[in-house]
This record gives sequence, structure tokens and C-alpha cells, in this order.
Amino acid sequence: MKKIKCAIIGPGNIGTDLLYKLRRSKVLEPVWMVGVDPTSEGLARAREFGLKTTDQGVDGLLPHVKTDGVQIAFDATSAYVHKENSDKLNRLGVMMIDLTPAAIGPYCVPPINLKDHAGKREMNVNMVTCGGQATIPMVYAVSRVQKVKYAEIVATVASKSVGPGTRKNIDEFTRTTAGAVALIGGADQGKAIIVINPAEPSLIMRDTIHCLTADAPRQAEIEKSVHEMIAEVQKYVPGYRLKNGPVFDGNRVTTFIEVEGLGDFLPKYAGNLDIMTAAATRTAEMFAEEMLSGRLTLEPVAA
Amino acid sequence: MNLQGIKIKVHDMSLRDGMHPKRHQITIEQMRTIARGLDQAGVPLIEVTHGDGLGGASVNYGFPAASDEEYLRAVIPELKQAKVSALLLPGIGTVDHLKMAADCGVHTIRVATHCTEADVSEQHISQSRKMGLDTVGFLMMAHMVEPAKILEQALLMESYGANCLYVTDSAGYMLPHDVTARIALLREKLKPETEIGFHGHHNLSMGVANSIAAVEAGARRIDGACGGLGAGAGNTPTEVFVAVCNRMGIETGVDVFKVSDVAEDLIQPILDFPIRIDRNALTLGYAGVYSSFLLFAQRAEKRYGVPAREILLELGRRRMVGGQEDMIEDTALTMARERKEAAAAHPAT
Repeated sequence: MKKIKCAIIGPGNIGTDLLYKLRRSKVLEPVWMVGVDPTSEGLARAREFGLKTTDQGVDGLLPHVKTDGVQIAFDATSAYVHKENSDKLNRLGVMMIDLTPAAIGPYCVPPINLKDHAGKREMNVNMVTCGGQATIPMVYAVSRVQKVKYAEIVATVASKSVGPGTRKNIDEFTRTTAGAVALIGGADQGKAIIVINPAEPSLIMRDTIHCLTADAPRQAEIEKSVHEMIAEVQKYVPGYRLKNGPVFDGNRVTTFIEVEGLGDFLPKYAGNLDIMTAAATRTAEMFAEEMLSGRLTLEPVAA
Repeated sequence: MNLQGIKIKVHDMSLRDGMHPKRHQITIEQMRTIARGLDQAGVPLIEVTHGDGLGGASVNYGFPAASDEEYLRAVIPELKQAKVSALLLPGIGTVDHLKMAADCGVHTIRVATHCTEADVSEQHISQSRKMGLDTVGFLMMAHMVEPAKILEQALLMESYGANCLYVTDSAGYMLPHDVTARIALLREKLKPETEIGFHGHHNLSMGVANSIAAVEAGARRIDGACGGLGAGAGNTPTEVFVAVCNRMGIETGVDVFKVSDVAEDLIQPILDFPIRIDRNALTLGYAGVYSSFLLFAQRAEKRYGVPAREILLELGRRRMVGGQEDMIEDTALTMARERKEAAAAHPAT
């Protein structure tokens, strides 16, 4: 069966974990890995898997886009260089899935709005943050039942799973996640808190999602909606589990989630990173299915 | 050791850490009155914010009676000599909050991280320093790692621009030799112009003794809370610490009688319950658990029927850090379910 060819930009932990997931896909085929460091272990690993690689950044990939038929690119670098990467590739008709916090394209949380994005032929979609991917489905599970005035999420991640980029700019996480909790989750107001825990052995990602409903919560409907949404997320993150709740306390509805990763390249406790690469893969697959069926043809975008 | 004539700065926590036992409900008027009293008693630095710092207003930690901005704008103009500080925990508060606090006129920003995660504080510490504020790095739960690790993390914060580094005994777990080991190493290895501070909790009744040990080892800023108004069994009571300093000849500039009048006349009347070492507060200090978990564990006991002490012990075993208040209800739910299942599997005969 024909597959849509992909490039990964950024051969670090996220990019490499993504490579493992793309290699299993029925509709995606990773063909290029792009880095900037010739001694990068990630580039060496990608070559072992038969990918072409460049250490010249996105510019090293551009001359090969047409000949190698690359149609989808994943950016796992940093927010600072993302726009430039995206413009260069969009101009050649390559759509971009953004795993950085740059968020120049619309937020994509697969079980909520992936279908809309594919229908709108977006050329750049953003995967929010790890905390956003893990929690926004639970906010939406409540807001699709009844009005949510305020939603707040607490993401707790293992110290070893938080890279230097996130640490240097932790405010970006709180701001981006809070914004998407409101916008995509469907709450009037959003707040995000991140806690980093250094315990050994490393703890599996935990997420707590508090919603304050406008009227008394319709408990049975919310419970049903939460369980259905968990089943949706489990389709691409099998280790997404309800630990406790939903708890109903006045107008507060609280859900306690655990996210265990698949352990592809990253350790299983790093569910926060796994849910990003899994959501990005799921997103690309949806676009790829549209392309393969002939419903979607990508066009070059003038920058 | 002769500490005669050593000058230290007392930093009062009653209007920040004291927000925990008050469930963040201290009113603007109470803040003003207490701050004025502390100012008149000669306390040089007073912390004012939500108990969990700037941006702490949340379902998770509790919504306060007024916003950080309202508190700061109400208190700062009341003070004749005292300055005001604000606490900020990266992951909860952001640089936006920091800028707001600076605009309100705070003198000091204290950026707090768990004792192994100092590198999340770079953007906040460097911003605070750039704005010319007195900038403190605050390493919480400092009992959980060895002194060498505390030093490594303190050096990071110093490199970002912190001019003062704190060893923070958030659980009230440390004994004087633990304090001495950490403070002495920081004093030896940090720049001579970098100040060192200690923040204690009184869960094992060691607040004053630990603070004196800190001064002996080179700390020159000490956190107290007037009337002991702080999380757990409270912070080092400011008035008791000042009295001990007077006896030892350590100069604080604080009037012991005036500050004990504030404790008696202004703090005691607003308490919701006596702040003392009850069995749960004792458990915090004994098992090394974050002090502000106390009321959450007590509420979970009421709601789910699992004793607060057992919840706190479990949180300690799972090595929970500051800010994980959400895990208290989660842990209580899990323990209640396990107990129900165990009871069903082994019915009493």
C-alpha cells in the first residue's frame, strides 16, 4: 500500500521517539531526519533505520523534498526556529506538524478537533504541550455536556522527562497550556500548573483536571462522557488511564489521570513525551488518509 | 559560639505562609493592620501573597479573599520602614506576575523551586535581577537531598542572578546539624557577597533552634512568622526567635515586646484553629512532608474516612514535592478504595 513520505526535524529524544512510531504506521513512511550536529546520535540512529539524514538543518532537506516526495514534516526543534522551518517547507507544499510551543498554526488535540483541521486543509497544526494533550480531552469531556466556567489542570512530570528547553522557558508551558485549556477544552477561563518531581524510580506522568461548571454538574452524563473520551485517547495512547474520579464536589468536577508511555525510545514513565509523539503521529495519519484517498491535495503556500 | 553583635535580617512570613492555615482568607484590612504592626515593631521585610505565591489562586491550592495585586497595593503604602517581598513558584506563577508585583512596589522577589529543579528559575531570577529587585533563590524541601546537591542547585540560581540563597525546610524535618551542614557549605562556596537565608517550620519544635544553627553557620536572613502563623505547625515564631536573638546578642532591629504584641493582639484573634504541633503537624515534620498539605489531608480525612496521618505518611513514602496538593485527594480516594476492597475480601467473622 502506498504511504505518505515524512521528514522529522530534530533528532533528539522527541524526534527519535516519533521515528519509532512512524515506522509502525500503515500510512506514513519516515524518509528524512534533519539535524544540525554531524555527531548527533539521533541522526546516526535514523541512518541505521534507513533514513536519509542531513546535519545542515532544514536547508539541507529542501533540495530533496520534490525528488523524495516528502509531504509531511514534523518539527521537534524549538519555538525559536519553527516559523522559519515551517515557511520554507510550506512553500514547497509540505504540511507541518509542530511539536514546539511556537503555535503559529491552530492547536490540534486529536480526539477533539483533528477532523476539522483535516477538513480545512491546514498547512501547519500545533500540538499544544504535553500537559495540554493529556488534559484538554478531559476538559472537553465535561464542556460537551454542560457549560464550564473555569478549567484548571495540574500536570506532574518526572524530572528526567523535562528537557532543558522546557526548563529554560517554563512560562511558555503554563501560558500555552492555559490558553488551549480554555480555547480547545471549551472553558471560559483556563489555568495550568506544572510540577516537576525528581523521585526515583521516576513517576509516571500524572494529570489532575478540575472543572467548575456553571450549573450543578449532570453527574451521570459527565461520567459517561469522561469514559468515552478516555477510550478515544487510548486509541493512540494505550497507557492513558483514569486513576480516580470524576469527583463531584459542589460545582467542581475533578478527574485524575495517569499517562504511561509506550516505551518506544523514551522510558515508559515519560508519558508526557509519548502523548506528544503519539498525538502528532495520529494527526499526520489523519491527513495522510485524506491524501491517499484523493480528498486532500497539498498546494505550495506563498510565504 | 559567640554571635554577639552579628546583624541579621528577619523576614516575616505571617502574611504569606500564614495564608495556608487561613485558607488564603486573610482580609485586606487584616493584612493592612498586621503589616502596620510589624512595621512599627521594626520588622524589615514582610512577605505578602497567596500562600503558594504569585498566581497561586486556584482550585488546587485555594482561591484567596483578594488577589495578589489587591493585597500588595493595600499593604505597601502602609509601611514606614519595612519592605515587602513576593514569592513566585515557576510552574505556578510567571514573569507576568513578577512584573505586576514589581509595579506594585515590591522590594524583593523570591523564586522558589524544589531543591533539585533550580534550572526552571532562570527566566524569573534573571528578570527580577534585571529589574533591580532584591532577588532570592529559594530551594524548597531541602531536607530531601544531600548538602552537595543543594550547593550545586544554589550555584545555578546564583549564576542566574540571585543575590541571596535560601535553604528551605518546607517540611520542618531538619534537625540543627542538617541545617548547619547545608548552610555552612553554601557559605563556604557561594560568592562572599551572596547572602544566605534559612526558612524553617516548627513541626518538630525546631524552628528557633534551627534558625540559630543557621546564623552560626553563616546565614544572615532568617524567616519567621509572627505568632507562628504559617503552614503545618507554623514557621519559626518571629517573636520567640527575636527574644532568643536578644539574649544571644544577635542584632535583629526588631522590638521583642512590640512584635509579641502583634502576635497576641492581631494574629491570635484571627486564627481559625490554634496553630500547634498536633498529631498531623507532627507527622509532617517526622515523615518529611510539605507543610501546606496539612489542611488538605484533614479535609480528605473528613470526606473519604482515611486518617490524615496515614494519607500524609503515604505522600511522604511517594516522595511528593511542594505543589502536589492534587495528589492528596487522589491518594485518599485510592486508599479508601483499597480499604473497601480489602474489607470485602476479608469480611469480619
